[in-house]
Amino acid sequence: MKWHLANAAAQVALGQRLGEVIDRKALIFLQGDLGAGKTTLARGLLRGRGYEGNVKSPTYTLIEPYLLPKGACYHLDLYRLADAEELEYLGLREMLAESAILLIEWPQRAQGWLPEADLAIQIDHAESGRSVELRVGSPSGQHILNQLQSG
Amino acid sequence: MRVLGVETSCDETGIAIYDDQGLLAHEVYSQTKIHADYGGVVPELASRDHVRKLAPMARQLLQQHHISQSDIDGLAYTAGPGLAGALLVGAAFTRSLAWAWRKPAIGIHHMEGHLLAPMLEAESPDFPFIALLVSGGHTQLIQVKAIGQYELLGESVDDAAGEAFDKTAKLLGLGYPGGPELARLAQSGDPNRFQFPRPMTDRPGLDFSFSGLKTFALTTWRTEQSPTANLQQLKADIARAFEDAVIDTLLIKCRRALQQTHCQRLVMAGGVSANQRLRVSITDMLDSMQGQAYYPRTDLCTDNGAMIAYAGWHHLKTGKQESLAFNIQPRWPLA
Repeated sequence: MKWHLANAAAQVALGQRLGEVIDRKALIFLQGDLGAGKTTLARGLLRGRGYEGNVKSPTYTLIEPYLLPKGACYHLDLYRLADAEELEYLGLREMLAESAILLIEWPQRAQGWLPEADLAIQIDHAESGRSVELRVGSPSGQHILNQLQSG
Repeated sequence: MRVLGVETSCDETGIAIYDDQGLLAHEVYSQTKIHADYGGVVPELASRDHVRKLAPMARQLLQQHHISQSDIDGLAYTAGPGLAGALLVGAAFTRSLAWAWRKPAIGIHHMEGHLLAPMLEAESPDFPFIALLVSGGHTQLIQVKAIGQYELLGESVDDAAGEAFDKTAKLLGLGYPGGPELARLAQSGDPNRFQFPRPMTDRPGLDFSFSGLKTFALTTWRTEQSPTANLQQLKADIARAFEDAVIDTLLIKCRRALQQTHCQRLVMAGGVSANQRLRVSITDMLDSMQGQAYYPRTDLCTDNGAMIAYAGWHHLKTGKQESLAFNIQPRWPLA
């Protein structure tokens, strides 16, 4: 599934729809270069979960938790991770077991450690705006995509 | 009262002693060399290195200054915000030492340490003042009415200013984190070639947004590249336009905060406050407003134990202390 998004508002809107159709649990990878708009899409998704506050970049803190009425959502940025083993110390194994949404930027830094994502979102710079490609990695990811298309 | 302060929230191991006379000693060991190989701060490496460094550093500092445990009246450590593992090392070390020495101990908010750092200078501000905290992890405007009385006026809604510097440097191929290198490159840039936006300045409020500037820099870098372009000059010009936009945005918001609170004293602290052009611009602005700007010396801009010892000294003096059960808070709002 592929979209062309003209601006940041369109990225937020796509993220928001995604946030609305997810039931409770999902592992989502956000991939793309610096400045592609990964955090912008994450902001939209959190809006879709009913969160109205600031969505700060987790680059410095590695993880920003959002404990929302609709369920927990963890926004991670693994850019500064050197060794996937460090995810153990961040408590990621526990988060994966939880009924929560995990949004992970730069998942390639934890290759071999993370399970396959339900959805992998690739954001690239296009001629104007961004191209966004959504790949499904599990039945529950397929379910989310179906919901997204029927909405 | 004499206080030993310990800072381990990120990749600097800081230790210092402060008493009624002032700052007696301070030592910082930076792990940036280790982390340079990995392109940033690595949480687990950071805590391992704090473990290795902390006890020898404390022993050496006390020996060098002929201070024994009986000369210390209390201990302070950074309890958050920061990397959980790194914070735990400093908290466990300090709390245990305090227990062994039978002294009171207290956990300090890292940002309180930063905003009080200018109080360690001979020329320190009176209360109330406005503090601009700018670092890799934070961009905040805080009204400081007195010690312990902080009000958050505004903060970054996305990237911190220092983070925007580091990421833009990376986009231009300067490595990561490359904020200081970007500032160096900006010196040879043409200020008139590109005009970057001043995010969130056209509407009221004191929040910041720096994420868009990074994208703006990237777009400029992509569209201006051609076979005939002087790439080095192009990079410098983008660096200059970017730095101008960040500085200008910080200035506009600081001015607004000062006017809104009828305050004439501004304190700037945090890693980005070491940026020379930013300092000059802030000083000029405060001069034109008949106010005054205050900064910590350069080595107290970045993370250090002195600011923690100082904040601890204030709190311990009032009789505050913590029980043996200590706690760290990786995410902890100041106000």
